[in-house]
Amino acid sequence: MSGYFGDVAALARKDLLLELRSRDTVPAMLLFVVAALVVFHFALPTDASARATDGLLWIGLVFTALLGLTRAFVAEREGGVMDGLVLATFDRSAIWLGKTLSVLAFLGLAEVVALPAYALFFRPIGWELVVAVVLADIGIAVVGTLLSAMAVVSRARELLLPLLFLPLGIPVIVGGVGATVADEPGRYLAFLALYDLVFAILSWASFEYVVAE
Amino acid sequence: MRNSRPALFALATLVLLGGGIALALFWVPDDADQGFSQRIFYIHVPIALTAYACFGWGAWKALRLLWLRDERYDLESYTAIHIGLIFGVLTLVTGSIWARTSWGVWWTWSSRQLVMFLVLFLFYAAYFMLRYSVEPGRRRANISAVYALFGVVLVPISFLAIRLSSDLIHPVVLKKSGPDMAGSMFLVFCICLVGMLSLAATMYSIELTGKRLDGHLRELREALA
Amino acid sequence: MSSGDRYVFAAYTVVLVTVLVYLLIIALKVSRLDRELGELARRARERRAKEEQDDREEATVG
Repeated sequence: MSGYFGDVAALARKDLLLELRSRDTVPAMLLFVVAALVVFHFALPTDASARATDGLLWIGLVFTALLGLTRAFVAEREGGVMDGLVLATFDRSAIWLGKTLSVLAFLGLAEVVALPAYALFFRPIGWELVVAVVLADIGIAVVGTLLSAMAVVSRARELLLPLLFLPLGIPVIVGGVGATVADEPGRYLAFLALYDLVFAILSWASFEYVVAE
Repeated sequence: MRNSRPALFALATLVLLGGGIALALFWVPDDADQGFSQRIFYIHVPIALTAYACFGWGAWKALRLLWLRDERYDLESYTAIHIGLIFGVLTLVTGSIWARTSWGVWWTWSSRQLVMFLVLFLFYAAYFMLRYSVEPGRRRANISAVYALFGVVLVPISFLAIRLSSDLIHPVVLKKSGPDMAGSMFLVFCICLVGMLSLAATMYSIELTGKRLDGHLRELREALA
Repeated sequence: MSSGDRYVFAAYTVVLVTVLVYLLIIALKVSRLDRELGELARRARERRAKEEQDDREEATVG
């Protein structure tokens, strides 16, 4: 069993090191989310409620995540490494878990910048928002990684991933916005946790079929 | 027996749906609250339930494909989801008409069923985008099957999400006629439900036969070329 | 007929029209299949005729 988690750790480390060296994805995500927040300011009418900005924050987070997810398997695809990974001796679900962890790390980095920026530009954030963001990130990473693997073998690639992801992302948005604005965030946070659990299991179990030849 | 399945389903549809619609339009009494326009319910809800059934059937076939690694199920899963999408769109259209009669608007976010079907429509429309942009073969079959499974898991999750969101955004939830109907109304509803399911089964078996014919023809053409 | 009634019939009509459109699409498909099958049958017939002719020629020469 330690072999499995060792594989997962190795795969995640590979992605993180690659990103550290090439600095492709994370800087773009950071810049995108800040730019989006600025656009939101200009997009909102002057008498917009505080709730509106909270909703927009979540939209910004989801689209920033999509930006990062689109690139999740591109390196493997272009390097021809995908087949090598799949043929290697590890359990294919380890590929999924490793990739999900690295995507989660990228999302976390993006949020470390996005949330303070939001607090600066719009209104202070509370602990519920932070917890909701963590839970939502897990859900997004878990589903997005699998869908990214599907999109990468298609002809439409970058176009396809948002189409596949957004319907599945609606519950995440509901949970996230709900936790941010509701008086009792507990229900929404619990819902996000449920989403994470259910889709993590489903993605983990079905990933090997997505990459099978 | 196998070849006459479309005919059998068509016959069942004719009797059940034809009879059901006739009963729904002419025999069943008016609803106490909503009057004549409540009769949309007799096709709208069966269409919605049939759509769910088609998506479920498609997911079942998808599961068989992944489990047994038999590509034969791909065509069946795809056809079921195709029919499901047609019924899903019909749900949205009939639901919209009902919203117009009941509340005067063509769309309302307060109707959980309408919102659910909008989400499902987006999801399953993306299924077709996925299929069209991946090369045919085993991998496309596998990917489609996994996506179909995600669909059925999405249904209860979306249901919860929509419920949670309606508490937040629209505190007033408008209800349709519930299970407290007169006996005759419930009977007609059931007849229409089974009739719709037969309609879906008819369309499914015809479409599947058509696709199989396409496949056979292609093989023949290659053999004779 | 009140406007409420009109909507009821509109809903039922939409369902009917959808089924009829589906029927139309299948009818087109069936005629296409018929046409293609006919062409393949013709091709098979020609091939068989050609083979018989070749056999006959061989017999005559030999």
